[in-house]
Amino acid sequence: MTKKILIVDDEQNIVISLEFLMKREGYEVSIAGDGEEAVARIRREEPDLVLLDVMMPRKSGFEVCQEIKSDPALKAVRILMLTAKGRDTEVAKGLAMGADAYMTKPFSTKELVEKVRAMLSER
Amino acid sequence: MLSGGLIVSVSFAYLLLLFAVAYFGDRRADQGRSIIANPWTYALSLAVYCTAWTYFGSVGRAASGGVWFLPIYLGPTLGFALSWLVILKMIRIAKTYRITSIADFIASRYGKSHLLGGLVSIIAVVGTVPYIALQLKAISSGYALLIGEHDAAYRSIHAGSWLQDSTLYIALLLAVFTVLFGTRHLDATERHEGMVAAIAFESVVKLVAFLAVGLFVTYGLFDGFGDIFARAYADADLAGLFTLDGAGGSYGGWFALTLLAMLSVIFLPRQFQVTVVENVNEQHLRRATWLFPAYLLAINVFVLPIALGGLLLFGQGAVDPDTFVLTLPLVHGQKWLALLAFVGGLSASTGMVIVETIALSTMVCNDLVMPLLLRLSRFKQAASPDLTGLLLAIRRGAILLVLLLGYVYFRLAGEAYALVAIGLISFAAVAQFAPAMLGGMYWRGGTREGALAGLAGGFLLWTYTLLLPSFAKSGWLDPAFLEHGLFGLAWLKPEQLFGLQGLDNISHALFWSMAANIGCYVLVSVLRSPTGQEASQATLFVDVFRRGQTAMPASFWRGSAEVSDLLPLVARFLGTRRAMDAFNDYARTRGVAHVQELKADAGLVHFAETLLAGAIGSASARVMVSSVVQEEPLGLDEVMNILDEASQVRAYSHQLEEKSRALQAATDELRRANEQLKELDRLKDDFMSSVTHELRTPLTSIRAFSEMLHDDPRIDLAERTRFLGIIVSETARLTRLVNQVLDMAKIESGHAEWHNTDIDMRQLVEHAVGTTAQLFRDRGAAVELSLPDAVPLLRADHDRMVQVMLNLLSNAAKFVPAGEGRVKVALTHGGGELRVDVADNGPGIPPESAAVIFEKFRQGGDQRSRPQGTGLGLPISKQIVEHFGGRLWVTSSPGEGATFSFVLPLAEGAAESAAAAHNEIE
Amino acid sequence: MRRGLAGQRLVAAFLAGTLLFNYPVLSLFDRLETAFGLPLLYVYVFAAWAVLIALIAWVVERGAR
Repeated sequence: MTKKILIVDDEQNIVISLEFLMKREGYEVSIAGDGEEAVARIRREEPDLVLLDVMMPRKSGFEVCQEIKSDPALKAVRILMLTAKGRDTEVAKGLAMGADAYMTKPFSTKELVEKVRAMLSER
Repeated sequence: MLSGGLIVSVSFAYLLLLFAVAYFGDRRADQGRSIIANPWTYALSLAVYCTAWTYFGSVGRAASGGVWFLPIYLGPTLGFALSWLVILKMIRIAKTYRITSIADFIASRYGKSHLLGGLVSIIAVVGTVPYIALQLKAISSGYALLIGEHDAAYRSIHAGSWLQDSTLYIALLLAVFTVLFGTRHLDATERHEGMVAAIAFESVVKLVAFLAVGLFVTYGLFDGFGDIFARAYADADLAGLFTLDGAGGSYGGWFALTLLAMLSVIFLPRQFQVTVVENVNEQHLRRATWLFPAYLLAINVFVLPIALGGLLLFGQGAVDPDTFVLTLPLVHGQKWLALLAFVGGLSASTGMVIVETIALSTMVCNDLVMPLLLRLSRFKQAASPDLTGLLLAIRRGAILLVLLLGYVYFRLAGEAYALVAIGLISFAAVAQFAPAMLGGMYWRGGTREGALAGLAGGFLLWTYTLLLPSFAKSGWLDPAFLEHGLFGLAWLKPEQLFGLQGLDNISHALFWSMAANIGCYVLVSVLRSPTGQEASQATLFVDVFRRGQTAMPASFWRGSAEVSDLLPLVARFLGTRRAMDAFNDYARTRGVAHVQELKADAGLVHFAETLLAGAIGSASARVMVSSVVQEEPLGLDEVMNILDEASQVRAYSHQLEEKSRALQAATDELRRANEQLKELDRLKDDFMSSVTHELRTPLTSIRAFSEMLHDDPRIDLAERTRFLGIIVSETARLTRLVNQVLDMAKIESGHAEWHNTDIDMRQLVEHAVGTTAQLFRDRGAAVELSLPDAVPLLRADHDRMVQVMLNLLSNAAKFVPAGEGRVKVALTHGGGELRVDVADNGPGIPPESAAVIFEKFRQGGDQRSRPQGTGLGLPISKQIVEHFGGRLWVTSSPGEGATFSFVLPLAEGAAESAAAAHNEIE
Repeated sequence: MRRGLAGQRLVAAFLAGTLLFNYPVLSLFDRLETAFGLPLLYVYVFAAWAVLIALIAWVVERGAR
């Protein structure tokens, strides 16, 4: 069964690159441009993994993360947070909010793909 | 008629009772359970004011002058209303500096002057010895009356020989009493508790006796007050006594008498003794403030009834009214009441004599004899270890001398006017102390010469206008000078000096003597500045309540001393034991175990001097102390410096408080500043974080696409081209960002270079619009340009202004709706300003964003559709406009587009250059 | 008490007394009339005197508390 991945980012070009990468790996990809849309799509589509940007309009990645993780129905959804703010506090905050993994931008595409693959094969 | 033996035994019994009271008082004082340490005793002892002159004389005065006896008692009542202002200060000064007499007070105040102390002592002796004589006379004539040695008019007949005169023995007995209880020992504080107890007791006796006689006359001989007064009204002569006028006086005279009594109740030596020197506790003055006047009121209620009763019963002129207190009971067969009345009179007399004598003997010893002894160099250097015996002998001798002087005066004067009138004359004499005393307590400017001149002038005029006339009226002097003036000069008539008429002799004398006294005191005082010594004493007296805040007495002393010199010196006058005790106490307060370890500093010297001052007077103490220590005399400048220092210390502590307040304020400010810095730091952190974010975002795309292209050769060409396009545009974005961040940093840090030239904004705006024309065409937007014919030249950096214009225009281009965008660009000028408006028809900016869009990295608009931008364009534009003194702002309502405007001020004189430019164009 | 309210009251009492016991107030009672069968001036002076003493007593004893 094809794994579903939701890409959440407000930067058009980054979305393009992530979409290209994920599709090449054979995943089913959907896209959300801000936090609210992301939450709606997660509830509707229940993706296996979310690539979640932190700095977004309307609802930040942290808020999305918290909301998803506090919903038992969405327990299966894995979250990989991506942030351009590389400070340690941001990483710690993301993990505290329940993110399953964390990567800072700019990321290595290889590492990202491996990470995604690893997270999806954990179960 | 009573037998002489009975009266003598009763008198002796009474005096023995007095001894017992005094002895008891001293014993209790020694045991530390003082009986005089209560306000009632204190207030009663003040009633020593009421002497035989009150006891017998008031009735006499009332018989001839009606209510005119009253000012003598109203004055003290008024004076005591002010006791908390005046007497309290006197007590504090006297206690602080161990002052034991008026002479010492004045001498000490004006630089510890022997001369001044001596003069005051002489005035006191001259003024009050006759008063003592009057007391002796009262006792003597009372005795004579009781034993029947009188004529038909109840005037006493004196015993022929002095040695047969019982008055002499009474005087000697009083001297013994005074010596026993007045000079039991030399004490630095000069307090006589037993004596005060006896005086308070006497005050009770005389009041009871007088009231008994009053009640007897009013209710025994008459049918109450109403009866006496009704009968007096019926008599035309007596009715005159009920008004001031009828009694032969003026309101001015009334006022003068009140004032005189007010001063006397403070400045009579005996009053000063009981009120100030014998005061145990300042708080006692509180009750005395009303109790003493109440006593005066009580003892005066029956004066007029007794006087009128006597006049009605004896008939006018038949009997000397001064004797009514005795004769009324006597004639009406009340022997025992008469005896009680005599004892009352005896108590009034003896009380006065005892206290007055002690007060005078202190003055005579400390301010007359000691200075003379000190002049004998032999005495000063005498190795005699203990002079206490000598001192006591001097005191005792002085007491005996004063009493004998009083007795001699009594013998010489007899019934003379000089004795009868001495009460008020004495009052007028002591009133001369008032200017120097009160002036010294409240005015710093008084000098020694001023006080001397005032006292001498006042005393001289008192002598001339009161004392000499009284002698003349007594027949001791040729009364011619009274009638025609000295040397026959009418303007020198003693009772109409310089032709002043219309005043009674007391008011007249009071006016002239006080005028001379106050005049000389003030005028001579202001001739020169006070010396150092005077200035320091003035400060200590005037500021006595502020001690601790101002300079300490010891601070006025410079020099060196040895404990081994000071202790023996004090011991010579106080006795070794008392001196050792005092020095030991002092050592304890200094936290030193032994006297020998004491540092002989200014404080110790002052302490020794104060101890001595209590025993021998401040002026003599000064001389004695200065004989054993090396001292540097202080000049006025130095005293002023010390006073300055003291006030500086006060000012300094004030400053300290100010400073601590300022420090507190500074701390608060620093805290605020620190918080501001923290805030700035946080902002900088945020800025860095934002910059990082903004840098990483394009980098992320660039890296991702580069890696993808690099790793995956299978990507087709079209995809490849698209990815490369993204990389190129993201690189451009990155470059732009780096440039703008650097730009921003330069402008903010003030390191930016500004190449100012004269700019024609018309051209600049046109140029900018031309540059962005392609941008608008791409978006399908129309640009409307509105320029005036000519604008003044603007002095600014051309490239920077272009940057601002491009920024605003590209901003507008980003936000206008695709295909139907309309942008209006307008340039206007007026009011010394150039204004540029760039209006678009985009979505507009919500009010909450309007304020933040000029902050760094706070781009407006929906980020989903956020156009390419760094978020630094507007902040940089704002900085540039503000650099040239202008303002950049936005007005917008959501949905109706936004208008970015900026104004720039034109330099002065720019208008002409604008005109010139215009001309050139033409 | 020196500088306090009581001190001011005592000064006021002094001034009142000075006024009551001098011309012209005194002249109002300086007449050959009687009050309660007693000479007016005599009654006035003693009454004013007593009131003044009572006033002073009230001020100082109050201040003592």
